[in-house]
Amino acid sequence: MSGTTRTDQPRGPAPDVATARARLASSRGREFWRSLEELAGDPAFQDLLKDEFPAGASEWEDGLDRRRFLQLAAASLAFAGLSACTRQPLESIVPYAKQPEEIVPGRPRFFATAATLGGYAAGLLVESHEGRPTKIEGNPDHPASLGATDLFAQALVLGLYDPDRSQLLLELGEIRPWNAFVQKMQAALRAQQALGGAGIRILTGTVTSPTLGDQLRALLARFPKAGWHQYEPAGRDNARLGARLAFGEWVESRYDFSRADVILALDADFAVEMPGSVRYARDFADHRRVRHDEARMSRLYAVESTPTATGTLADHRLAVCAAQVPGIALACAAELGLLPGGSSPSLPADSKRFVTAACADLKRNAGRGLVIAGETAPPAAHALAHALNHRLGNAGVTVLHTDPVEVEPVDQTASIRRLVEDMRAGRVDLLAIVGGNPVFDAPADLGFTDALLKVPLRVHLGLEEDETSEYCHWHIPQAHPLETWSDARAHDGTVTVMQPLIEPLYGGRSAHELLSALLDDPPRHGREVLRDRWRKRAPSADFEAFWRKALHDGIVPGTALPPRIVPLRAGAIEDAAEAALEAASSGARSGNGERVLEIIFRPDPTIHDGRFANNGWLQETPKPLSKMTWDNAAYLAPAAAERLGIASGDVVEIEVEGRTVEAPAWVQPGHPDGALTVHFGYGRTKCGRVGIGTGFNAYVLRTERGMWSHPAASIRSTGKRQALACTQEHFSMEGRDLVRVGTLAEYRSDPGFAGKKEEAPPKDATLYPGFSYEGHAWGVAIDLSSCTGCNACVVACVAENNIPVVGKDQVRRGREMQWLRIDRYYEGGPDDPDAHHQPVMCMQCEQAPCEVVCPVGATSHSSEGLNDMVYNRCVGTRYCSNNCPYKVRRFNFLQYSDEKTPVLKLGRNPDVTVRSRGVMEKCTYCVQRINSARITAEKEERPIKDGEIRTACQQACPTQAIVFGDVNDPSSRVSRLKAEPTNYGLLEHLNTRPRTTYLAKIVNTNPDLEKGKG
Amino acid sequence: MKDRPPLIAPGYTSATVTDKISAVVLRGTPRWWFAAFGAAFLLVMLLLFTLGHLFLRGIGIYGVNIPVGWGWDITNFVWWIGIGHAGTLISAILLLLRQDWRNSINRFAEAMTLFAVACAAIYPVAHLGRPWVLYWLLPYPSTMGVWPQFRSPLVWDVFAVSTYATISLLFWFVGLIPDLATLRDRTRNRFAQIVYGILAMGWRGSARHWHNYESAYLMLAGLATPLVVSVHSVVSFDFAVGVVPGWHSTIFPPYFVAGAIFSGFAMVLTLAIPLRALFGLEDFITDRHLQNMAKVMLATGLIVAYGYLIEIFMAWYGDNRYDMYMSVNRMLGPYAFQFWSLIACNVIAPQVLWIKRVRRSPAFLFVIAIVVNVGMWLERYVIIVTSLHRDFLPSSWGMYSGTIWDYSTFLGTIGLFLALMFLFIRFLPMISIFEMRAILPEARAEEVKE
Repeated sequence: MSGTTRTDQPRGPAPDVATARARLASSRGREFWRSLEELAGDPAFQDLLKDEFPAGASEWEDGLDRRRFLQLAAASLAFAGLSACTRQPLESIVPYAKQPEEIVPGRPRFFATAATLGGYAAGLLVESHEGRPTKIEGNPDHPASLGATDLFAQALVLGLYDPDRSQLLLELGEIRPWNAFVQKMQAALRAQQALGGAGIRILTGTVTSPTLGDQLRALLARFPKAGWHQYEPAGRDNARLGARLAFGEWVESRYDFSRADVILALDADFAVEMPGSVRYARDFADHRRVRHDEARMSRLYAVESTPTATGTLADHRLAVCAAQVPGIALACAAELGLLPGGSSPSLPADSKRFVTAACADLKRNAGRGLVIAGETAPPAAHALAHALNHRLGNAGVTVLHTDPVEVEPVDQTASIRRLVEDMRAGRVDLLAIVGGNPVFDAPADLGFTDALLKVPLRVHLGLEEDETSEYCHWHIPQAHPLETWSDARAHDGTVTVMQPLIEPLYGGRSAHELLSALLDDPPRHGREVLRDRWRKRAPSADFEAFWRKALHDGIVPGTALPPRIVPLRAGAIEDAAEAALEAASSGARSGNGERVLEIIFRPDPTIHDGRFANNGWLQETPKPLSKMTWDNAAYLAPAAAERLGIASGDVVEIEVEGRTVEAPAWVQPGHPDGALTVHFGYGRTKCGRVGIGTGFNAYVLRTERGMWSHPAASIRSTGKRQALACTQEHFSMEGRDLVRVGTLAEYRSDPGFAGKKEEAPPKDATLYPGFSYEGHAWGVAIDLSSCTGCNACVVACVAENNIPVVGKDQVRRGREMQWLRIDRYYEGGPDDPDAHHQPVMCMQCEQAPCEVVCPVGATSHSSEGLNDMVYNRCVGTRYCSNNCPYKVRRFNFLQYSDEKTPVLKLGRNPDVTVRSRGVMEKCTYCVQRINSARITAEKEERPIKDGEIRTACQQACPTQAIVFGDVNDPSSRVSRLKAEPTNYGLLEHLNTRPRTTYLAKIVNTNPDLEKGKG
Repeated sequence: MKDRPPLIAPGYTSATVTDKISAVVLRGTPRWWFAAFGAAFLLVMLLLFTLGHLFLRGIGIYGVNIPVGWGWDITNFVWWIGIGHAGTLISAILLLLRQDWRNSINRFAEAMTLFAVACAAIYPVAHLGRPWVLYWLLPYPSTMGVWPQFRSPLVWDVFAVSTYATISLLFWFVGLIPDLATLRDRTRNRFAQIVYGILAMGWRGSARHWHNYESAYLMLAGLATPLVVSVHSVVSFDFAVGVVPGWHSTIFPPYFVAGAIFSGFAMVLTLAIPLRALFGLEDFITDRHLQNMAKVMLATGLIVAYGYLIEIFMAWYGDNRYDMYMSVNRMLGPYAFQFWSLIACNVIAPQVLWIKRVRRSPAFLFVIAIVVNVGMWLERYVIIVTSLHRDFLPSSWGMYSGTIWDYSTFLGTIGLFLALMFLFIRFLPMISIFEMRAILPEARAEEVKE
């Protein structure tokens, strides 16, 4: 096994697969996944399905494997008789022969666990119905969650039940039992024993799991010459190197936004895209809630190279090319006296004004300010930010330094480069890729794939058969995080012991089990690995008590890393200044040529680094700013697009260092001129049915030296066009008072400014008699100041309410189904507009225009003021939607819900109807949750408490922008918010009397920087 | 009166009128009929295929979306319903007003009404998400005690359209009875004798028959008269009751009724001009008839133009930001081409009817009638689509265009209409024989003597 050519690859696709795929690609193209049902009905696709695993998977079709699957499912569900076992649609429902303890059919149970992204954990509570996880919530006790989640966590459920997940342990495409793999590994390791393991390499992502760390260290102890490499495509190398530059050691920084009055963000999207961002967003929003009795808020200055959520929240935003960010940091350092005599680069006038004002503000608020550099800002910017925080006395107050959260912090780019060098030199005999997809996402200039083929034994553990598994001898299906025993640390170090919600559906193995196969004889179950590790470390003598409590709470108490005072390294500022100057001068070359721009790389806002490409919920979630779905694009500033003669949807060819890719262009207001942004993660060539054929692969352009930006990308129009599916195509408010915005000063002089913009008609201005709401009257208040546009609520709503995925073609036709959308409007010129987010769900109008026009009464008013949608009464005239001024209704134009794929049925919320074709649907304020709370309250003979019912969107919201409650109860949180002077209703002049109202967006502008001045 | 040309060419007697009209039915089938009917029948097959596909796959095969929940479907519905109106106007209102020039055109105008309503009725069914539960719109005694939601204009539509269809059918059939008896007596074919005989319901032409008949006919005319106004008023409520800018307007009922008559007369002309040429009926459907219809078109066209103008004026005068945007968007937005085409077809083109030479030229009139038909279709399209595609929240604005299935449904209903029309002219007298006899000079002479 020492071949080097591509033909040596373990499993070449059989020709018929290729033709089937080609036919599929040509015939369906990007119209993929209109519905799974349609797909399943397509003969070409069924062939493909059968042949996807040339030797094995056709067995899916025969009875034995099917039964085995059902046995597994039944066992894991502990629910005999759930499924029918014949092809006939006969189903019998059998009660438990033996009632499992604590399980009450129909009542969900919640289990604490965690999900990791880039290694960092966020605590979760997972809702489980009779053993089936159906919905993710945040763990209120977990410091990185506080009860909220990001959108990726919300979409985990679909990932778990994804029918395209890898289901078979394969060696060169042949099905093998786990034991065969273990024997193979033991044999390979025995051969390595004499060499001290010199040929062994393990490649993981960022590891924060103490147990996995122990296992890896044990392996390295047994094989001292073995190598452990870590690589995350959306990694934190800059933060690590920046900290080392500043402090001379690996130091982790975490931030306390609840104490920061003035924040300067240097290319830092702390509200959405950073470990701990869910927590940061919450703290940030908490510190900016303007209420009638407390009118104070922090001020955020954001310098950013590509428009982000944080930029939309900023009170002042400066768009610059990525290469200019270190220069700005340097100018701040100079402004604040860190560089006596040092030279700082000359800045353009607007940047200069911005820096002067921000620094003056930071100085005024020394000790209460915060300078934060983002993962994408170069190390020098991080080091200067650290220096600034030290100088201003923010360190230890708003910035807390701790030991690293990671088991082994390394420069990951260097780490994977060393691995590639070793592989190329033939020094690697056994490579185990534990998660991750380096063939797809490693830096393009390393030549990872070619080097990989020189390794004689390659093992890949992954959730799906991907680009990497294609090139590996062994593919081990990985257990999903919800099927896995593990542990992980949050951004502050807090450890969560992750417990599985369900037995692995497809017999997947965890990283611990793979490592155990290398270490132990016989290999141990993940649970045993974990328990043994913690038994040794249990703080109390009673391990079982400790274990149960840790699992129950979702955190191991006392594991947060204590903050410590870390002094700056001598000469740190000078070194950082030098590095920043160098970065700034190398960046100065960017954007010189007519068609040469700086290129900026970012993880995709909805499918991240590509790992979620096969997740329909995330694919169909509109990107926060462009509202694009199912695609990525090359984002350009309006001025640059005009100069180059490019419009949104034009296909351009981008060339970086001789590598080219074709991408649709997207004109993005607020994007810095002279740069273009591409999001990586799309363009997968091997993944499930959902992700294949979507977007273009931006990794092709990403090199080791230009992981986040590269100064020279040439862009050329190809004359082709590509249709993009956007859910919002008009971004101006047309002078309508939809999102009402005021400055803090305006609010102080006239708190009720928002309500004065539009006159609501008198309440009796209607022909129909009003309703009286004697019991509860549900309502929602949404604070527009807090909304970051992060989409967590959108995906939470999809998960809670069984909302189907419709596919790109249907989105293009304007038929997306999300009940909750986040409208985004721009205000001001295209070059530097203010962006506003406005979550819009059903307003549950008291005088609802939809109700009067329905010919069959399928949407009618409940006694509590909800516009109830009676699905089985709906005939589908769509009149209600036409007459809805908020356009929040969604219609099943075709059979969108996949009612045929068995595994998807497991993940649905059993409390919510799955809608069929021809039926209108819309936000219900999560009526199933209201009813569940009502039943509980009635049984306990008490009224429903305020806060007892939380809608799915409210619960997921990191910033608590959405508040639901009883407006009949004047002391409820929602009533108090609605009594705020900033409260207003959308389109109130129509006399719809919406139950969902908004609190106007307040911004805290610096009078020195007010637009129009200077 | 003296200067006007006669309503029937000179030289006819009762016998020759009867011969000439019944001959169309009783003589052998002309060859072109098979070709024409065959073509129409193919379109009917297309309609059935489309509807089959629609019911199997779902409404998603059409171009409708959110925000534009109605498109070609409802446009076609309103268009067909509107066309029907001329028939009722001619047969009922002109009868009550003793406009006896109507006698030569009322029969096929009524048939046109009936067939247009049949075509229209397909759309409310086809556009439903779940057409198999259509009957939920009817007030039937459900065991669940569930009734339609009577505040909805769609329920009013059900009543208005079904009443209209029933009255139109009755009126048409009652009008046919004396002529059916004539055909029964004249045909030599045994089978036809039986069929016409049954349909003639024992008509013998006695004075008593005639007396009862005249009262029944007048009564039906009286019943049908309010329908001319009510049906399209109710159809306009579908829009006027909504909150959507561009729909929410009190001018809709009268302007819809005028538009309906406008398009209806255009359709009568579209049918009458070729028919009279094909069957050599210029003696009965004279240029004076065509002129009269042209004048009605001109008058109703002006009302419609006034409606357009007032809508724009009110948008400005009402000082409503949303209405103003809608008006401007109609004129300058992405559907400006459709809007200006509609203005060209409905407002500008009919102005040539002021010229007498145009009114007298059948060819010219035929072209104008076709243009008006197109214009009225565009009017409904513009009202529905341009109002919905950009309503209140710019975030939800969208675009709409029909799909191939929208086109095939429309073509299919045109085929259905033509097929029914061809069957009608082949098997039933397309001009009312007995009413034509009543306007012969000899009948007039008797009147004068009395």
